[in-house]
Amino acid sequence: MIRFDSVTKGYPDGTLAVDNLSLDAPSGQISVLVGPSGCGKTTSLRMVNRMIEPTSGRVLLDGRDTASIEPAELRRGIGYVIQQAGLFPHKTVLDNIATVPLLLGRSKREARNRAAELLELVGLPQTLAGRYPVQLSGGQQQRVGVARALAADPPVMLMDEPFSAVDPVVREQLQNEFLRIQAELSKTIIFVTHDIDEAIKLGDKIAVMRVGGTLAQFSPPAELLSRPRDEFVAGFVGRDRGYRALSFASTGPLPLAEEPTVRLGDPLSAAREREKDGWILVVGQDDAPLGWLAAGGLTDEQAKGSAGTDLLNLGGTLATKAGTLREALDAALSSPSGRGVIVHEDGRFAGTVTASQVLARIETRATRLREGAIRSATGVCS
Amino acid sequence: MKLAADNGLPGLGRVVIWFNDPGNWWGSTGLLAHVREHLVYTFVVVCTAALIAVPVGLVIGHTGRGTTLIAGTSNALRAVPALGLLIFLIVVLSPRIHIRQGLGSTIPAGSVPYLIPALLVLVILAIPPILTSTYAGVQSLEPAAREAAAGTGMTPLQVILKVEMPCSLPLIMSGLRSATLQVIATLTVAAYAPLVGGLGRLIVDGHQNLRDLRYGYPAMVAGGVSVAVLALAVDALLNLAQRLLTSPGIALSGTRQRTNPMNSQNPVQNAG
Ligand SMILES: Nc1ncnc2c1ncn2[C@@H]1O[C@H](COP(=O)(O)OP(=O)(O)O)[C@@H](O)[C@H]1O
Ligand SMILES: [Mg+2]
Repeated sequence: MIRFDSVTKGYPDGTLAVDNLSLDAPSGQISVLVGPSGCGKTTSLRMVNRMIEPTSGRVLLDGRDTASIEPAELRRGIGYVIQQAGLFPHKTVLDNIATVPLLLGRSKREARNRAAELLELVGLPQTLAGRYPVQLSGGQQQRVGVARALAADPPVMLMDEPFSAVDPVVREQLQNEFLRIQAELSKTIIFVTHDIDEAIKLGDKIAVMRVGGTLAQFSPPAELLSRPRDEFVAGFVGRDRGYRALSFASTGPLPLAEEPTVRLGDPLSAAREREKDGWILVVGQDDAPLGWLAAGGLTDEQAKGSAGTDLLNLGGTLATKAGTLREALDAALSSPSGRGVIVHEDGRFAGTVTASQVLARIETRATRLREGAIRSATGVCS
Repeated sequence: MKLAADNGLPGLGRVVIWFNDPGNWWGSTGLLAHVREHLVYTFVVVCTAALIAVPVGLVIGHTGRGTTLIAGTSNALRAVPALGLLIFLIVVLSPRIHIRQGLGSTIPAGSVPYLIPALLVLVILAIPPILTSTYAGVQSLEPAAREAAAGTGMTPLQVILKVEMPCSLPLIMSGLRSATLQVIATLTVAAYAPLVGGLGRLIVDGHQNLRDLRYGYPAMVAGGVSVAVLALAVDALLNLAQRLLTSPGIALSGTRQRTNPMNSQNPVQNAG
């Protein structure tokens, strides 16, 4: 556990970057520091590995005061990932990753073997091992940065806006892989971001900070969305928090409807016979949904051909059976046929739901939550 | 070889004759001996200057402290006239140096009182280019890389030696190269001090024998040409060393983003 114990950082010019911060980042979980620019997130993070020394207060790692540990030694036991990756330009990818094991006195061979494992863990091909940072894309550099931080298998990781400098598509990939890796490794992580969506997606607990370096709220994401403590948090969390809260609600048993399908390459005449309301779902050989086909609009002439990818409407998103209500609702709303496509965990097509069916489940859940809230509120009063 | 029409005046023909005379090449006062002295002096001077300037430049670049002081001193040093300083140092220092022994043929007996001021002038001249380029090299390192170096648990010394120095190597080397060229050229002035060798001997001694048509002007031209050839050769060697020493990762980033203005005088950019 990382404990901030009344930590304050003031600068000689009078700026209070962090003001009396007390916070326990639980072991094995991701705690996100989020807040507007300049609210002291980076300062807080850098006080953990003593890149910045607090003016007052203590930072404790599993009960041990970090001030009592030599900075270099402390940092070798803490993974540190920063926004610009900060790779060493004169070293290859492999040697960048091997940095900390080498500092810890491992042999070159051992350190490189370890680096090669990490390359794999962060989803980079071994062919990149001998490249230099300038030869990598921003996303690849960031993966190498994560691998370097993980190389000595530190129990604690500090990450300062690690995914902010890459484009949205890559960011989403990196976030997903980060969650996958964390599920495997269970590090104690403090993750800084200014993006509330990223915070909600990644955080087990979220600390919202306000300018002036004070903590506004420290809660799990669902609670942050459903019960923001004050105006500032409510405003920062954003308008569509009711909708976003659905990200934390599992769908439960959805009433899946059977859906006629055709396989890619099947004759279009078959598609025209089986379409429902003008649309038919096209699946691949492995039963994975590929897209919708507007079979109702096909002319006799067109129907002589076969179902090819060029005819598919790819607008619909997919939701998994064990996914969240937000995914399911989005699948229904985005589907050109109005029928949201639900798949099994392995990607095989499972069935469809309509938006009204998902909404019915949302209603049921909301009713249950309201009743629960009333019970607990009266419970508190009595 | 004889001149077709000996008009009793200096001319390029006499330079050719000079070069064709084996007596001018070999022996303790021959061209080759002077080339050797020139190289030894250059080596000693540049190494001494680098041993002072590189560490100081690295520390200044690392801490960011003392930059204005260094920039000012460097510029002031650049403005010092080499010959004036040489004369001054000879007058001030030579009487206080009591070493009379020599060492081999490069340092003849009795030359040390003159050699030390002469080489000292050159060290003073060689320090500014090395110092400023080393410092600029460290400053040009991406701040994120420095942050990451400290953040991975490197001590300040490790940050300097493992990250900042290798990354600023192209600039350090280009500083060394311009210092070396400057030393090779300015060493000719050092021959104004008696008993100090090097190719400047040919120029200064030639100058004192201008009436001797076989020796005066031809020796001066030969000295000048040799200095130029030596400078080109040494620079080519250093260029090669720079290419071999610079990490391909740095050389590549140089071609992609010429962020540092000093890179323009830095041919390694095209390596790799
Ligand atoms: N060296 C410094 N001197 C004075 N103020 C500083 C210094 N470093 C940071 N600050 C101030 O501290 C505050 C918090 O900065 P920071 O932790 O970087 O914010 P964040 O990461 O949340 O954007 C800012 O107002 C910033 O201007
Ligand atoms: Mg920041």
